Amino acid sequence: MSLMDKTAYSVGQMIKEKQVSVTEVVEETLKTIEEKDKQVGGFLTVAKEEAVEEAKKIQALLEDGKLQGPLAGVPIAIKDNINTKGIKTTCASKILYNFVPTFDATAVQNLKTAGGIVVGKTNMDEFAMGSTTETSAYKITRNPWNLDHVPGGSSGGSCAAVAAREVLCALGSDTGGSIRQPSSYCGVTGIKPTYGTVSRYGLIAYGASLDQIGPVAKDVRDCAALLETIASYDKFDSTSMARKQYDFTSALTRDVKGLKVGIPRDYLKEGIDEDVKGAILAAAKVLEKEGAIIEEFDLDLVDYAIPAYYVVASAEASSNLARFDGVKYGYRTKEYENLHEMYKKTRSEGFGEEVKRRIMLGSFVLSSGYYDAYYLKALKVKRLIKEAFDKAFEKYDVLLGPVAPTTAPEIGKSLTDPLKMYLGDIYTVSINLAGLPAMSLPCGFGKNGLPIGLQIIGNCFKEKDVIRAGYTFEQATEEKYIQKGRV
Amino acid sequence: MGQKHEISDETIEYVGILAQLEIDDTQKEKAKKDIGEMLDYIDKLNELDTEGLEPMTHIFPIQNVFREDEVTNDDGKEDTLANAPVKKDGGFKVPKTIEG
Repeated sequence: MSLMDKTAYSVGQMIKEKQVSVTEVVEETLKTIEEKDKQVGGFLTVAKEEAVEEAKKIQALLEDGKLQGPLAGVPIAIKDNINTKGIKTTCASKILYNFVPTFDATAVQNLKTAGGIVVGKTNMDEFAMGSTTETSAYKITRNPWNLDHVPGGSSGGSCAAVAAREVLCALGSDTGGSIRQPSSYCGVTGIKPTYGTVSRYGLIAYGASLDQIGPVAKDVRDCAALLETIASYDKFDSTSMARKQYDFTSALTRDVKGLKVGIPRDYLKEGIDEDVKGAILAAAKVLEKEGAIIEEFDLDLVDYAIPAYYVVASAEASSNLARFDGVKYGYRTKEYENLHEMYKKTRSEGFGEEVKRRIMLGSFVLSSGYYDAYYLKALKVKRLIKEAFDKAFEKYDVLLGPVAPTTAPEIGKSLTDPLKMYLGDIYTVSINLAGLPAMSLPCGFGKNGLPIGLQIIGNCFKEKDVIRAGYTFEQATEEKYIQKGRV
Repeated sequence: MGQKHEISDETIEYVGILAQLEIDDTQKEKAKKDIGEMLDYIDKLNELDTEGLEPMTHIFPIQNVFREDEVTNDDGKEDTLANAPVKKDGGFKVPKTIEG
């Protein structure tokens, strides 16, 4: 088994046991990226020199006994909307084509403190707006399972790179499914934590009330270890929550006896592929056999999540992206007569189509005369959606369902009809509106050979229930769905 | 099904001002259609009675998060200006904004 096929956790152990040096791991990673990324296109920037330098430092710290965590010496890829000091961070947008952050995001800082090594920045939909990674201003990323298909998005680069075994693990961000959906499409595991668990400081904001950074890796153990490393209360993020416990790895036990699992009936009705539905029901059977109590139930308001989400996310995006005006960082248009013209031309030339579409929609729903009818209405519906989940969690410990209605679509088939693309987010966006934690993990393959993801949703602050259920599924199926892509 | 929300030229120009985006004539037609279609879809929310409900901005009831206004870093001027497209004399340089 090649080093890259192992989990981050086991490579971390090998480093500690001196079976392999940090430099060897980093060099193997860089070599693999060089070989495979020509086909996959998961990376926008590879931080070669920085990673090689960092490897030496981490090795020395390990030898001095100063690093104990499971991820010390492990190379990690970071989505390109998360600030990395000294390493270009573009959000896959032309408007930040040359932006080099002068500070690390808190999540990255936490990783570095634990001995993690940033090896590069991964491709994404521009400003995380999209479900295919095709709206990147720089390039498309291909699904390692079939290069004619998309990896999903917006964290498509992170998920594809892990699926292709170019890197052991990665960070993504999830505003409406952007970690879970590409994890599902690429056959990897990803977690969107409870809102406020991982600091958003240094995450370039899209929908600030919905955004969370989270882990992407091969299996549940790696995701739990990564989440444990990056999660922290942070005074630099006023929406950060001080949690009592961050020991997510303690939930890695094969035990779901008596766990009450609800399957929202609406998640399996029309619009879902038979392959996907079959895989989800089979996964439920696996958990049932392990002692969980499975029940179908009616989750209210499923059909209202997407319209509410696009109002809230676009409104917040229009406000958050107002800062890109050619003054403080990034792109500035070449010719202009006055300040106002400079703003307009810079933004029109710097943003891509999907980003402009959402900024315009967001500006509209926030404008006077429409604010109550659209924005406030959506926030009221958000309350109803949250209440529907509260009601569900009175009865169930976790909810189970698909991540997306289909497996990964072909490249070039999604962007022509944005509304249709948005409808693919039906099982993911409500989780962000309600602030809940959720995981996607591989649970099967479609007839076309592409991976299918299982979504496990927990109540707020109940990541451990999600991790326990996911880990149990993985163990009960003897990790048979954890496979590498075909590149 | 015909589009219910017809967005006028005037509205789209106003959106352009708010969004600080230039929208030329070809883009204008597309933007009108896109926003109209999205609004038709968003109208679905009106099926729900939300009378008297408090809008939910944040999931958790954290209100104002206060801390002492203490300086904990150095002036950071170089970092702040490091990515400026155009700078001059320790400041961001922009086109003239007042006459005279």
